[in-house]
This record gives sequence, structure tokens and C-alpha cells, in this order.
Amino acid sequence: MKYFVLLAGNGELPPWDELPADELETLMGRFGAFDEACAARPGVELLGGEPLGDGSTATTLRTRGGEMTITDGPFAEAAEQIGGYYLLDAPDLDTVIELCRVLPAYDMDIRPVPDMP
Amino acid sequence: MTWTSDRSPTCPERAAIERTFRAEWGRLLSLLVARTRRLDLAEDALSEAFARASDRWPGKGVPADPAGWLYATAYRHIVGRLRAEAIAGRKAPLLAVRPGWVPPDESSEVLADDRLQLILLCCHPALPSESRSGLALRLVMGTPTEQIARLFLIPPATMAARLTRAKKKIVLAGIPLGAPLADELRARLDEVCRTIYLAFTAGYTPGSGPDLLRADLAGDAVRLAALLHELVPDAPQAQAMLALLVLQHSRRDARQRDGRLVTLADQDRSRWHHDEIRIGLGVAAGVQPGEGYAEELRLQALIAAEHARAPTAAATDWIAIADHYAGLEALTGSAIVRLNRAVAVAEARGPRAGLALLSGLDDLLPGSHRLAAVRADLAHRAGDVDAARASYRQAIELCANEAERAHLTGRLRALGASS
Repeated sequence: MKYFVLLAGNGELPPWDELPADELETLMGRFGAFDEACAARPGVELLGGEPLGDGSTATTLRTRGGEMTITDGPFAEAAEQIGGYYLLDAPDLDTVIELCRVLPAYDMDIRPVPDMP
Repeated sequence: MTWTSDRSPTCPERAAIERTFRAEWGRLLSLLVARTRRLDLAEDALSEAFARASDRWPGKGVPADPAGWLYATAYRHIVGRLRAEAIAGRKAPLLAVRPGWVPPDESSEVLADDRLQLILLCCHPALPSESRSGLALRLVMGTPTEQIARLFLIPPATMAARLTRAKKKIVLAGIPLGAPLADELRARLDEVCRTIYLAFTAGYTPGSGPDLLRADLAGDAVRLAALLHELVPDAPQAQAMLALLVLQHSRRDARQRDGRLVTLADQDRSRWHHDEIRIGLGVAAGVQPGEGYAEELRLQALIAAEHARAPTAAATDWIAIADHYAGLEALTGSAIVRLNRAVAVAEARGPRAGLALLSGLDDLLPGSHRLAAVRADLAHRAGDVDAARASYRQAIELCANEAERAHLTGRLRALGASS
């Protein structure tokens, strides 16, 4: 099953551009550890993952009555906080939860990616 | 499933169906789920099999192996549905399983027991907490949806929708079947115990309206607790919870009289189920001190045990109970626990000591009729009738349950007209 993991909010961590160099290094180390944990786990494949520009750089598209409007984003307050994502293939939700424990302590949302018929 | 509401079976075959339902529903469903990995089909098919049994058994007699008959009937039903789906070209998602998971052995003579897996599935923390208890009662105990709705005081359609959403989420989010890793099991068992306890307390919490107790339904939660203890006998939280539930449930017949709530002190103790109390005390005595939620449950069980072993209300060891509450408050920091502790301390050391513990609770328990009722009672016992009267009025105003309000009104009236 494919899972989309949204890294949102700083959780207990300060924003990463405010982190001292050594703590930033620890933080990056955890992303590396996550890659390794995924690679080491049978049945798990990391399909993608990137940091995202912050909410103030988002552009929102909405189509209403056939008309597309373009506005300054993001489209929801919570989306302000989104900082990055991973896309991975994993056998089940518990495996994904367990792997996410390796990541920095961000708030995260895990969504299954449904198979398109 | 109309037949389950018939709780007084009239013929031996119906009695056999009822017995088999109580004893085997959860085990049969867990096996069907494990074998087919189709939660939706398995539940429908097992209901269908029981419905067929109630059609056939009264005429043709109870089969030699009732559980085996039900399992085979349900399984055939699922196979038929799978075939129909295949012909229609529909492909429904299967329940996820943990890596290394092995389906139950089909060649074995004895049906395996996969109920723990089913319980863990229902109590997964990724499910909304308000759905977990209902789902566990429905899938593991077979409690009909209408009765679960009654237990939680919500319309049946709302409960049905909740259960459907929860089952969908299990499948679509990939909540897996298969034992969690050992270090995870402990945390998951806490969740399971919370879920069962919630179902139990729902049966005993008067909500609104005239339906004071739903003790019969709470009994399903007690059976679920017994099952969990049987499946993981060395888990301290399961052991403590079973003791607590058995002891509390043993008082069910004495809790109301003529439609009115009877407080613990006024209950007719000969109507307590003393055989169950003996069992509960035995289980409670075996729980080792621990930490976290297990310790919370253990202290609660010890409090219930003190009440249960007192031959009369006057003989209750309130000093021991107050001590257990102090431990519980230190552990949880809960305002409700503080309120209960105040009651115990008032019994052990006098009403003024109890009243002193109530200070500061108004902010933590806003709108609580219970706090007002306790304050009224303690003020009355401390000789401050005016304060008692004012607090009773406040409690009556805040209370939503008819039977409880009638009780409070009676207490106020007994104080006489204000001077």
C-alpha cells in the first residue's frame, strides 16, 4: 500500500532556520536515519520525499462555476505549517507509524494513497 | 438480527443458539476475518449464519458441532459473495496484515482463537476513540448496533454510521491484522483497556432521560474484559481492569429501586452478587503494584474491593479508601478523583476535612452537578443547612438525569423549608 506522510507543524522543535548548527545536524541526521530505516525494512520502499517552501510561498487554485481563480495560498490555515512530505510503499499503517518515529518530532499526517481503478 | 433481542429463549434450540452466540461469535468472526481478510463480508456472513441457524435448528435440531456448522455456513456465504464480486469485476481491498503474519491453521481439529487480534484491530489508536468501544462490542461480542447506540445514548443511525466509517478506515488506512511488536503491545493494551472501560462506564453512567442503568449491556464489557484477561493473563492492566469491572458490576441489582438510583451506602447488600465479589476480590488481590494506567486501574480495583468486602456501609474501611484515592490523585491529577477522594476523606475524618478538599474544584469541574451534590451533602453533615440547601438547588439545576434529579430533590426536601 502507498502512503503519503505530511510533515506539518514544528511539534516540539523550533523552526529549522532558528536551530543552532549542532542541533540542525542532529535533525538532518534523523532524516538520514529515516531513509536508512526504510531501506532496511522488508516490504518498504521510499518513493519520494522533499521539503516544501513555507505557506507564504503557496499559490492556491480554486475552480468555481467553471472559473479558475488564482490567489495567494495556502488554502487552509493548517496548510501554513506543512514543511515536507514523504511518499512510501509499506505493508501497513503500523509499519509507517513505526518508521515515522525515526523522523524529527514534527506533527505528521499519514494518508493512504488509494489505487486508482 | 431480531432474535438476539429475545433474551428469554423459549425452546432448547433457541437457547442453544443464544449460548453459541455468546460463547462463539467473537472467535468465529476473528477466524473468518483472518481467513478471508474481508471485515465487511465476514461480519455480514456470520450474522447470516446465525439467522439461518435460528431458521433451521428449531426444526432440524442443533448440529453436533454448532460452532463448526456456523463457521462453515458463514464461510460458504463469503465464498459466494467473493465469486459474485469476481464476476462483476469488482475488487475490494483486503485487510492489511503485518509482515510475517500467518493465517490461522485450517487443518487443525480445534478452531484457533484470533480474538486478541480482533480486539487490537478495534482498539487501534488511529481510530476515533468514540468508535473504538462500539466497534469492539459489535465485532468481538456481537452486541447489536441498536443496543450499542442505546449504551452510548446516541441514535442507532449515528452509531451505525460511526461503525461503518471505522471499519472503512481500518481497511483503507491499512490498520493491520497481526500481533503488534512486543514493546508496542503494552501501550496498545492500555488503549484496549481504556476502550473496554469506556463501554462499561457508559452502561453505568446515567445520561439524560429516564434510562437509568444499562447494566445488561455493561455485562458485555465485563465479558470482554474477562476475555482479554484470558488471552493475555500476565498483562497487569487487563487483570486490574477485570477485577474492577467484576466488583462494580456485582452491585448492579442493588443500584436502583423503584426506578430510583440507590447510593452505595443505602444499597441492600444482600442483592449484591457475592459469588462475583469473591472472584473479583481474588483477581484484585493478585495484581502487582505497577505504573501508569495499569496502576490507575489497580488502585481503582482496590477501592472497589474495599466497598465490596464491607458487610455494611458503616463497616467500610474509609481510611484505606482515602489512601487509595490519594495515590490515584497523585498519579492522575484528575479533578474527578479529587472529588471522590473528598468523599472518602469526609467519611474517614469528618465532613469538614472533605469540604476542604473541594476548594478549587469549581474551576476544574464547571457545571458539575456531582460537585454541587457532594458539597451539599458534606455541608449538611457539617451542620451548615443553608449552604447545603443552596448547593442542592445548584445540583438539581445542573443535573440532566431524571432519576438522579428526583433523588437530589428528595434530599433537598428532607432538609425542610429554608429558615
